[in-house]
Amino acid sequence: MAEPLLRLVDLRKHYGGLAVTDGVSLDVLPGEIHAVIGPNGAGKTTLIHEITGVVRPDAGQVVFAGRDVTRLSLPRRVRAGLARTFQITSVVPGFTALANVALAVQARSGSSFRFLRPAASEAATNTAAMDALAEVGLADRAEVPAGALSHGEKRALELAIALATKPRLLLLDEPLAGAGPEETERLIALLTRLKSAYTILLVEHDMQAVFALADRVSVLVYGRVIATGTVADIRGNPEVRAAYLGEDEA
Amino acid sequence: MREAWLPLAVLLALGAAPLLGFGGSYETTLMARVMILAMAAVSLSFLVGGAGLVSLGHAASVGVGAYAVAILDAHNVTEATRVLPAAIGAAALFSLVTGAVAIRTSGVHFIMITLAFGQMAFFTASSLAAYGGDDGYTLYSRTEVWGSRLLGDRLAFHYVCLGALALTWALCAMLLASRFGRVLRAARENAQRVEAVGLSPYPFRLVAYVIAGAIGGAAGFLLANATEFVSPAGISWQRSGELLFMVILGGVGRLWGAILGAVAFVLLETWLADHVAHWKMVFGPLLVLAVLFLKGGLSGLVVRRHG
Repeated sequence: MAEPLLRLVDLRKHYGGLAVTDGVSLDVLPGEIHAVIGPNGAGKTTLIHEITGVVRPDAGQVVFAGRDVTRLSLPRRVRAGLARTFQITSVVPGFTALANVALAVQARSGSSFRFLRPAASEAATNTAAMDALAEVGLADRAEVPAGALSHGEKRALELAIALATKPRLLLLDEPLAGAGPEETERLIALLTRLKSAYTILLVEHDMQAVFALADRVSVLVYGRVIATGTVADIRGNPEVRAAYLGEDEA
Repeated sequence: MREAWLPLAVLLALGAAPLLGFGGSYETTLMARVMILAMAAVSLSFLVGGAGLVSLGHAASVGVGAYAVAILDAHNVTEATRVLPAAIGAAALFSLVTGAVAIRTSGVHFIMITLAFGQMAFFTASSLAAYGGDDGYTLYSRTEVWGSRLLGDRLAFHYVCLGALALTWALCAMLLASRFGRVLRAARENAQRVEAVGLSPYPFRLVAYVIAGAIGGAAGFLLANATEFVSPAGISWQRSGELLFMVILGGVGRLWGAILGAVAFVLLETWLADHVAHWKMVFGPLLVLAVLFLKGGLSGLVVRRHG
């Protein structure tokens, strides 16, 4: 088995008496889409915060590409190759779609402490940004202010921004949240396209999407991973059915 | 830049004014005040509209620059090649130290902490008994430039101020358009987004704060020379508020709005003071009305009519 790209080792986080992350261990292998599912209150958001560096765990380790990043800040983890999207879309509304992506390009190529040349006239930066926009199908929306894009387009733009950081791992936090049926279909098609090129950790509520996209699934309940396995394993696991799927059917 | 015809026309008018019969002592003194305050206001607009840092202590960096002139004057250092770098350097250092703390906060907390640092500077200046304390300090003479009394010449000083204002505008515009400025502008709108592409906004904001402070220091250098007098009143939070008001009056989104704001503010203030006994009773409500009804400020008005 290949060396995991992201490895969570016995992560723990308590808020008062409540164990929100209760000994989570999890591996994301290079090239796979690993989905984390779980009912509301399972601790998915906290887990993402711990992986991205927004929240520091009380105990345990986050190992990324063989390096312990548990104590690194969010920006430093991004520079190490861990890109993320947000559950609530996060773009710079006043910037064009192109400028949003160009910001990510400049962040990884050369210093951003450059004061003289207009950033918008950097040909190499713009070309790289256009490539990322094209990858998510937004090339013809490059000059539109991000704030004026539709919800689905903003989602795609956020993906383009993440791709422009040249990530080794994409962490997608409920990328389908708030999308209508048509948008969901388009986003799933987009994620399917990206699947071959990127390692993805997908945190998602939409079971259809998870079962369509994921190679492996981990089920998080009350801060613990109760099962990890292929889609078929998870579907057939009685404990998961009781904790989660059963609840869905009820 | 096509929408910036009005501020360009204002700069042009300021340049032509002394040649068109407005070269008297009263007019040039008034115009120097406009240009110097406009310079400070543009640098504040760079902070507020560019970096999203609403400082209520910007007058402190102007005051630090002005006091650098006064203190050096008291020790017989009056050469611009030494005084100007000292004024800029002192203001930049002041901004670095206070900014390093203030920029860790945001929103109302940032406003309050910059206000607090400004008041610290105010009370420090008031207690400098050797340099006039509360009463202020009158310069022996204007700063010399390589031994010449260039700045003492009314016309020469006028064009130095004009050049400094134009340079400030060009510099701030260049910075905002650069990679550095792109990070500032993005962080103003969405700091989380900037972090998520791998950049921490803090050092960018701090550098912006120091640059604005340095420009404020240069404005203070000119202000001290314009009035040949320095006092704590120039550091007070009211002055910071006036600068912020010029920025808002001119329109936060555009650097050059601050030039219009400063011109309108100083001219209105001067005209009212000459013609109305309790002019502040009129001035205050006028400012409130301007904020209420000029969405986007004076510059917004100009752009809308031509947009």
